[in-house]
Amino acid sequence: MTSRNTQNMDTRVKDKVSAMRAAAAPPADDAGATGSRSRLLGLIAPVGLVVLLACLPLLNLSIPGVLPGATYTPGTLHLLALAMVMAGAALSYNLLFGVAGLLSFGHALYFGLGAYGLGIVMEELELGLVPATLVVIMAGIVLSTILGAVSLRVTGIPFAMVTLAFAQAGFVLVRKNPGGLTGGEEGLRLPTDYVPDWLVGVADTRNLYWVALGALVLAFVIATWVQRSRAGHVAEAVRENELRVQVLGMRPFLVKLAIFVAASVIAAGMGMVHLLLNSGAVPHTMSAEFTISLLLMVVLGGVGSRWGAVAGAFVYVILSQRLAVLAQSSAIDDLPAVLAIPLSEPMFILGTIFILVVLFLPGGLAALGLRARALFSRRARSQLADGERTPGDLVQEDDQRS
Amino acid sequence: MTPAPVPETAAPGAVVGSGEHILSVRGLTAHVAGQQVVEHVDLEVAATGVTALLGRNGVGKTSTIKAVMGLIGRTGRIDLAGQDISGLPTHKVAQLGVGYVPEDREVFSALTVSENLRIAERPGHAHQYDLVYDLFPELKQRAGQAAGTLSGGQQQMVSLARALLNDNRVLLVDEPTKGLAPRLVQEVGQVLARAAEVVPVLLVEQNLQVVRELAQHAVVLTGGRSVHHGAAAAFLNDPELTQRLLGVSTGAEGSV
Amino acid sequence: MSEVILLAVTGVGLGAIYFLVASGLSLIYGLMHVLNFAHGVFLTLGAFLGLEVAQRLGASTWTGFAVSLLVGALAGAAFAALTERVLVQKLYNRHIEQVLVTVGLGLAAVALFDGIWGTDPRFPRGPAWLSETTTIGGANIPNIVFVAIISAAAVLAAVVLFLKHTRYGMIIRAGVENRAMVTALGIDVRNAFTLVFTIGGAAAGIGGVLASHHFGYVSPMLGQTLLIFAFIVTVIGGLGSLIGAAVASVLVALLQQFANFYLWGTGDFAVVILLALVLLTRPSGLMGRKA
Repeated sequence: MTSRNTQNMDTRVKDKVSAMRAAAAPPADDAGATGSRSRLLGLIAPVGLVVLLACLPLLNLSIPGVLPGATYTPGTLHLLALAMVMAGAALSYNLLFGVAGLLSFGHALYFGLGAYGLGIVMEELELGLVPATLVVIMAGIVLSTILGAVSLRVTGIPFAMVTLAFAQAGFVLVRKNPGGLTGGEEGLRLPTDYVPDWLVGVADTRNLYWVALGALVLAFVIATWVQRSRAGHVAEAVRENELRVQVLGMRPFLVKLAIFVAASVIAAGMGMVHLLLNSGAVPHTMSAEFTISLLLMVVLGGVGSRWGAVAGAFVYVILSQRLAVLAQSSAIDDLPAVLAIPLSEPMFILGTIFILVVLFLPGGLAALGLRARALFSRRARSQLADGERTPGDLVQEDDQRS
Repeated sequence: MTPAPVPETAAPGAVVGSGEHILSVRGLTAHVAGQQVVEHVDLEVAATGVTALLGRNGVGKTSTIKAVMGLIGRTGRIDLAGQDISGLPTHKVAQLGVGYVPEDREVFSALTVSENLRIAERPGHAHQYDLVYDLFPELKQRAGQAAGTLSGGQQQMVSLARALLNDNRVLLVDEPTKGLAPRLVQEVGQVLARAAEVVPVLLVEQNLQVVRELAQHAVVLTGGRSVHHGAAAAFLNDPELTQRLLGVSTGAEGSV
Repeated sequence: MSEVILLAVTGVGLGAIYFLVASGLSLIYGLMHVLNFAHGVFLTLGAFLGLEVAQRLGASTWTGFAVSLLVGALAGAAFAALTERVLVQKLYNRHIEQVLVTVGLGLAAVALFDGIWGTDPRFPRGPAWLSETTTIGGANIPNIVFVAIISAAAVLAAVVLFLKHTRYGMIIRAGVENRAMVTALGIDVRNAFTLVFTIGGAAAGIGGVLASHHFGYVSPMLGQTLLIFAFIVTVIGGLGSLIGAAVASVLVALLQQFANFYLWGTGDFAVVILLALVLLTRPSGLMGRKA
């Protein structure tokens, strides 16, 4: 469009980057006198939530219609733990999509790498859980660096397709069961000999629940740290205008690669917890559908919002479980086929909800939350007035002509 | 060319009859990817002859034209012969008789020359192939050639021809001589002079010699705002003013 | 030798099916910059409806087969046109949201097909000749392969003629290059959007019927499985290039066939490696325009 001179560009990006730092900083930083109070609140709410979640296995709470049973029952704990694992994976996807503006369709590759990798490393190298975890993380770093470097040669939609292709190769590989390592279509079974006893068996579901909660908290902290790091800010600036960042002498490629690797490693970590939780890994965890389900959670929650990603994952996991139960119910069976067929397909309902969110609620659950808070708080109102970000605002495209 | 009588300096905000101005822009603000590139521009395009849109590099001349076409997001009022077109999508603006010759020609390089012209044919308008081929006989010879293989000057001819093909009410011409050899600059100037006999033109042009020869009226933008409205000659002959607004000294050398 | 001929001809046949999916994807991406994740379900719908119609008219008759191709094309075209008008156009120029909407539609439609036709594959029957073979240079080649190749070539020719010789074709070619300028000439480019979706949907629908005979089954996932290879084909061929899609379809399918046979079933990997190589050397694809 209009050509501005380089010097101008320079100062503007610096402004932009510092403005973003300010914007991304915890709410307290711009609040002046009420700062310490809201900082305290900003800390109390998440910590309180984590403590509450940590206590759930010890409590006897029931939320009929949402949870399958009381909170201490293995079934409910398993569902919640699964939601937490997916929330961690969704957080990592949000780093890619929401922070760096990279629309990947191959993120499942790294989740699957974690799940399969941990099982294979323990079984084949005869390593204990902790050393095996470290080996898998190293493998995740190496693989994501190599594949990221290739994929990041393109941006926008071509990037999406390339990542999809790499993940597809992984999907084909685990289904082919090379050397009997992955178990083919049946999947891989957790080699329980190398896992501490307190993590095996239905009776120990609450231990797995706590592991999942710990992993989610860790993922959240890492995601927050990456987003607030210099790389995170530069990535956001790159998203807005890559050329300007290049003019500043920063290497957008390296920044994007760093975030790609970080997101991949978090995903691999959550994949490892998934292996423990489900006592095995199946090819689905490496499929395009799995990545798409992460995308769904992030868009549902609100692209770019960490709490949104977590909320989106919980809604998605619990809703698909409940819808599957609903599909079996006689209430649905008795309906005429025109209604019974669509309503008995959870993915049909989730897909439709997703379309409606994209069409009518671009900011997802996060925007909904903001609107609700705007009724009570001036700050939320001003955030709302700044405009909600829609998914498309976040992704660079190769071609700006149209 | 007979310059139309125009007030020396149009008062901003004054209501101007559509008889004098074919296009009138009030408080135009335009943005690209969330960033303002034009801020509160007022300008009028005279109902006859050439109105030059001047200003330093990067001041928002191209963006102003794109905003009028609806190619970038805009707010404000844009009247074409009294009709507000600021809410219309690009194709509607064009259909109302606004011809557009973009900065970088933007011919369709994979299409042949004759296809580039045919795609510009607007249904319901007379298509002035006689005029076009009279002005650019070369295009007739090269009708079957892919436009992407033409020289820069020839591409400019295609781009101008697309705009001249329909009986437009106004032409928006963005830097038509950019990157052209001196001989071609002159040729483009002559074409525009002939075009301006039948249709008013808003011209963005860096080459002030061309502006002198063609324009009767001038609007000058600085910092995304319009600051000067008036006769082109009066402006260009004022060295102090051109130095201040354009950063170049014109002055007495070269007569109008 | 007969082995090589068999692999080559069946490879081109597979490429023909890839092309029927990839051509629409490439045109849609070229004009609208939308990666259409719902393209596979256009194919699947075409395959299922084609199968239903063929069964009612007599699956083993040529009439049944011909009508099933027609119905497949119409079903794909109608579904695609509706998708563009109802969902994609609402998000005019918001390319990422447009992609997301097609992702959602892909999920919802596959689930719906699951509900209607069940998750188990269905096996179409065609005229007996289709499952017989013709011997070329010692290789026994299934006749469906020739039908697929001829159909894809006919679709390619029809689309090329349409693009070259009609006003809308001209608008689409111009729009692929520079959509903004097309609108600046007074053309409402949205009609062209619906048109490319319709054409792409029709090609995919035909591809669906042919694929069901070529692979011998239809399942709700058929289209989405082929879609992934079609994506790879469009990237290798160069996004937006129809000829690129045709060349890359054949190239990818041949590589896949030969690698599967001679390199211990590594066809899918060979394709991904080819993709990586193309991206490293020519990021815009074999026939893509430089940005």
